[in-house]
Amino acid sequence: MIAAIEPTWYLIVASLLFGIGAFGLLVRRNPLVMFMCIELMLNAANLTFVAFATSLGDINGQTAVFFVLVVAAAEVVVGLGILVSILRRRPGATADDLAELKG
Amino acid sequence: MNTTALEYIVFFAASLMMLGGAVGVVLFRNPVHAALGLVLTLFGVAVHFVAQEAHFLAAVQVIVYAGAIVVLFLFVIMLLGVDKAVDLTIEPIPIQRPLAAVMTVGLVGLITAAVVKAGDAIGTLNPGLGIDVAGDIGRDGQVVSSDGNIQQLARNLYNDHVLAFQLTSVLLIVAVAGTVLLTRKWPKQGAAA
Repeated sequence: MIAAIEPTWYLIVASLLFGIGAFGLLVRRNPLVMFMCIELMLNAANLTFVAFATSLGDINGQTAVFFVLVVAAAEVVVGLGILVSILRRRPGATADDLAELKG
Repeated sequence: MNTTALEYIVFFAASLMMLGGAVGVVLFRNPVHAALGLVLTLFGVAVHFVAQEAHFLAAVQVIVYAGAIVVLFLFVIMLLGVDKAVDLTIEPIPIQRPLAAVMTVGLVGLITAAVVKAGDAIGTLNPGLGIDVAGDIGRDGQVVSSDGNIQQLARNLYNDHVLAFQLTSVLLIVAVAGTVLLTRKWPKQGAAA
């Protein structure tokens, strides 16, 4: 008889996902891909919230994930809006080119 | 096949989807492919949610994340015309990738060490937040909670967190209005009207 899956496993998988997202955020130069890496990190946090909600039997963790989803949607909308207005003025700009805020 | 073996298969398949998609987001040279890798990751997370009886969140994950946010990403990629492969072998700052790798390994190692050290304090997966109806027998043989997942979530959201819920609506309105202002093309000042 093998043991049932424990929340610990979910936490470790979530930490791996967070690590991959953080690595991608640091090494990629395309601002769009950097946003996707932020989404990966947010999803790792969501997975942790749900794992603890299930292990503690507390629905508050799932409510927190709900709010994270809303904030992530708002963040993507504003971030992509900024990106569109920057790249319209300077096509093909990477994160290195955006070191100064001057248009 | 017993239930535990099935849970293992689901767990490892979903983890493989999730981490494989995440590696794809980082390594694919074309942003469109990276967005598709993100979809794979989001579906893997949704499967994990279902396995932990967060059914409503799994549905929302697929609809909002995979349905709306990734489509927004793809739309912006097409709009800006950046759907070209980039050369990832160029390193603008030479020491950056080794440092990022060291930081990532350290971060994951620290979290894993903390989780392993916490061990039994984290507890086991309890049924009771799922969709089972009153009197149903959970997988541990005990009677599970009488409320479905959505009812529990709604009761918690609209009782304990109603102010935060109202504030998220303000946040969304501000985000939409701000984005419209940001991306609008304003007529030049002093130009002949």
